[in-house]
Amino acid sequence: MKYEVVIGLEIHLELLTRSKLFCGCSTAFGLGPNTNCCPVCLGLPGSLPVFNRKAIELAVTAALALKSEVQINSRFDRKNYFYPDLPKAYQVSQYDQPLARGGCLEIELDKSRRKVSLERIHLEEEAGKLVHAGESIIGANYSLVDYNRAGIPLLEIVTAPNLYSGHEARLFLEELHSVLLYCSVSDCKMEEGSLRCDANISLRPAGSPTLGTRTEVKNMNSFRSVEMALEFEAKRQESILTAGGSIIQETFHWDEEKKHTFPLRSKEESSDYRYFPEPDLLPLVLESSYVEKLAERLPMLPQEHRLKLLDQYQLKVKEAVLLTRNRELGDFFETAAVSYSDYRNLINWVQGDLLYQLRESGRDLKKIDPRLFAELLIMVDDGKISRPVAKELLAEMVQTGADPGEMVENRHLGLISSRESLMPVIEQVILGNPDAVDNYRQGKKKALAFLVGKVMAVTGGRADPAELNRLLKEKLK
Amino acid sequence: MELFENTAVELSRLLRTKEVSAVDVVRSFLERIELLDPHLKAFIIRTPDMAFNTAKEVDNRRIRGEEMHPLAGVPVAIKDNISTLDLPTTCASRILENYIPPYDATVIAALKNVGMPFLGKTNMDEFAMGSSTENSAFFPTCNPWDLSRVPGGSSGGSAAAVSAAMAPLALGSDTGGSIRQPASFCGVTGLRPTYGRVSRYGLVAFASSLDQVGTITLTALDSALLLSLIAGYDPLDSTSLPGSEFDYTDDLEPDIKNLRVGLIKQHLSADFDQEVTDAVLKAASILEEYGAEVQEVSLPLTDYGLGAYYLIAPSEASSNLGRYDGVRYGYAVNGENIEDMFSRTRGEGFGPEVKRRIMIGTYALSAGYYDAYYLQAMKVRTLIRNDYKALFNDFDILLGAASPTPAFKIGEKTDDPLQMYLSDICNITDSLAGLPSLAVLSGIHSSGLPMGMQLTASPMQEIMLLKTANFFEKSRDFSPLRPVLEFSEGG
Amino acid sequence: MMPVNFHKEVDYVARLARLTLEPAEKERMAGQLSDILQTACRIQELDTTGIEPTSHVLDLPVALRDDVNRPSLSLDRVLQNAPRQEKNYIRVPRITGSGHNDQ
Ligand SMILES: [Mg+2]
Ligand SMILES: [Zn+2]
Repeated sequence: MKYEVVIGLEIHLELLTRSKLFCGCSTAFGLGPNTNCCPVCLGLPGSLPVFNRKAIELAVTAALALKSEVQINSRFDRKNYFYPDLPKAYQVSQYDQPLARGGCLEIELDKSRRKVSLERIHLEEEAGKLVHAGESIIGANYSLVDYNRAGIPLLEIVTAPNLYSGHEARLFLEELHSVLLYCSVSDCKMEEGSLRCDANISLRPAGSPTLGTRTEVKNMNSFRSVEMALEFEAKRQESILTAGGSIIQETFHWDEEKKHTFPLRSKEESSDYRYFPEPDLLPLVLESSYVEKLAERLPMLPQEHRLKLLDQYQLKVKEAVLLTRNRELGDFFETAAVSYSDYRNLINWVQGDLLYQLRESGRDLKKIDPRLFAELLIMVDDGKISRPVAKELLAEMVQTGADPGEMVENRHLGLISSRESLMPVIEQVILGNPDAVDNYRQGKKKALAFLVGKVMAVTGGRADPAELNRLLKEKLK
Repeated sequence: MELFENTAVELSRLLRTKEVSAVDVVRSFLERIELLDPHLKAFIIRTPDMAFNTAKEVDNRRIRGEEMHPLAGVPVAIKDNISTLDLPTTCASRILENYIPPYDATVIAALKNVGMPFLGKTNMDEFAMGSSTENSAFFPTCNPWDLSRVPGGSSGGSAAAVSAAMAPLALGSDTGGSIRQPASFCGVTGLRPTYGRVSRYGLVAFASSLDQVGTITLTALDSALLLSLIAGYDPLDSTSLPGSEFDYTDDLEPDIKNLRVGLIKQHLSADFDQEVTDAVLKAASILEEYGAEVQEVSLPLTDYGLGAYYLIAPSEASSNLGRYDGVRYGYAVNGENIEDMFSRTRGEGFGPEVKRRIMIGTYALSAGYYDAYYLQAMKVRTLIRNDYKALFNDFDILLGAASPTPAFKIGEKTDDPLQMYLSDICNITDSLAGLPSLAVLSGIHSSGLPMGMQLTASPMQEIMLLKTANFFEKSRDFSPLRPVLEFSEGG
Repeated sequence: MMPVNFHKEVDYVARLARLTLEPAEKERMAGQLSDILQTACRIQELDTTGIEPTSHVLDLPVALRDDVNRPSLSLDRVLQNAPRQEKNYIRVPRITGSGHNDQ
């Protein structure tokens, strides 16, 4: 039997506020344990929450960007459960009256687009962080708790079960990620945990309208691992169903090292969270004028930006998607394009060397000026410098923001194309590599590339490739 | 006359006119406490050093001619569920026995700010759950009028302290009668303010939608004075009411003529002690005599209010008390895993009444029972509010009993929680509606015990309660005001 | 109205509430809670059709505060009441065996 995979995602993201949801403690990441804590976020007896206005602004902005219907009246509830990272033994969340209902997000599939619908968006508070003594939660003899994170505002976004593969889940997350970055509501750093994703996954016979028994997958630390974990879990379920077995509703953890999912524990008691209206917080009432004002202030979103890029620069969809991963990259391209009109070459450099250099150096786009980047490309096109030199300069620009024109001038990095300069090097290389010379003369064309490489190495990549080829062939005749 | 026999208003005058020093006042009360408290056990901890330090500072400032608040130098006792920086705040629970808060409640900061010396933290039912102060994990408190009887609860320590002149003023908290019922048992004046009028920040939560900090004093004037200090909007409590400041004037001149008084039929029940209901009727006739219009009214949901309360309060409590898990503070038992630690810490750390209420609340909120219990209780709460709203269209004030009986014997109701709950029957419906309510002495029972009546007004109308209580205090033809304490002779 | 029998619920509820109860305590409590709930559930006699529940007696929207930082407690203050700590963290026993698996 052929099965269809059905996936729903629950995404938690930390909102970009200065202070926590209910107190004035800082939301800064990476400080010493338990240094950002006060009576409120520690849940000390007698403390009370006071809601952060900015969290509501960011949450409404995100909801508007995701076309979710912002509710004028919503409410806060307590979700009660015991866990050492949860200071009050309840999480303030929203249960049956969430901040926003519905919504959708379009994803770009290979040859089409599809709207993924959302169920709801609501606000809640973050828990603290557990550090396990030992390799993982399973083997640890004891754990350590840091409450710095406790009380940071969280937005929870729940999709409908209408993603149909691990790959689609990844595309959805990438698109969601860029929308959230465009509206500056979260820094969305999965590696720092400011964006987390849990998935529900089930299989059903292709074409069946009802959902099968689902499992939950947690602990996926990158978009790639979401895709891998869900593909793995889909295969696991398929092999059970194919063998005539049935799926047990349970929770799995993704093991990044071993690339498999393992059951955390079967749900021996179904969770009974005893939700009830939070008595310490009155209902949230939004003025419709307030929501309208935030809607007007909504920035350009990735999809709109993409249409603009496709239209104006004749890019491929894939390229436009790449440029709109975050607002900065798209803006970078557009600014560079003002002074550099070979858009095809520009996008090739951006998605090739530029992104490579950024990844290698761990830097972001802040240092490098797009106008200088355009200048670098113009120097290559004008034959002032070679491609290898340009790449080296780019590596430096990413680090220091240096001006490529100045570097070329000060360090004499210009292209060597005169016969007088190149010929001595060519002769030296021919003398030093008799085998390659023989091979070339016997008709092996590859040997020429080898010899070109040798000359390039000696000249530090500055030899004019066209001129070098011509002179080398002439010498080898 | 000893200093400790004065009202707060009188002490304030004596201090202002420099007839006495704050140190003298503090000394007088501390000596009184030293003499009586071994018998009454109203205090969980006493804070003499702190009290003297504050008093000395107040005296110095007064000598320098600084402008002082009327309560500067007037000592106060504090119920032990109000968070005090660097002073234990135990809620009379084993689970918080060693807990020292790193912060002050908003009301505590207000008291400190004007220089009120703290005499100590008073005993209570554990986490304010009870009506007799017998649920304290440490010891029961005795009623100063009869040591074999309870002082009421849960603010029993505060009520006993004021009644026995061990403190001129005390803070209490009232969730479902915890100020008014002990005030009536001890013959003092207990005020539960409008929900939201006094900040709850730092009051250890029992049932958040019901809890209020209030005053226990000897007179309505004292109550007004203390309320004016603690009332007001607090940005740290987002359920506090904007514009809820209370203006204290020493003019609480009663305004009885044409006062529309509703006499609550359900508080004249045949199940109540006859003398208690007679005292309420007598109060009504006095009001009439002075020109008030008194009419009998019905609060038909009084009995259902008890049921609703004993679902809502435990439900909120079950959630509020989840945090006592042995991780961040308080009593902790080692366990082989986290769940084991949580369950054993809580099983050993909480007393029986607290556990009962956690169980009721957990059950009432759990899947499958929520609608029938918790949600229905919240709807009944709406019905009760509606009844009050309708009554306050026609009446300025409601009058009833503060408790069905005078103080009962220690141990009399400890084995029967339901009977214990019934002793709050008069106090619960106005708590559910968030209304201001005050208990004041209505007379002395033939047994020699004080009896109380209860006045309730519409939201923010505390002034109406205080004026009426002041009227009764002035027109009172019964005595004594204070219990006679054998061992205080020659003290 | 059906009599309430808490005896069959007591174990489940005690687990949910994380309360270890001694056998005798459990027995006594089950009896007492049956009586209390029996009385409390009389509220089910009332017709509340169309009645909105009251969660708060204040008819106001939630108060909001500005997003500004205020000083946190010092580390000493944060840890002063912690029964067990290690390297500025609060220490707890192993997590496995706990019934919760959210987040
Ligand atoms: Mg959530
Ligand atoms: Zn904080």
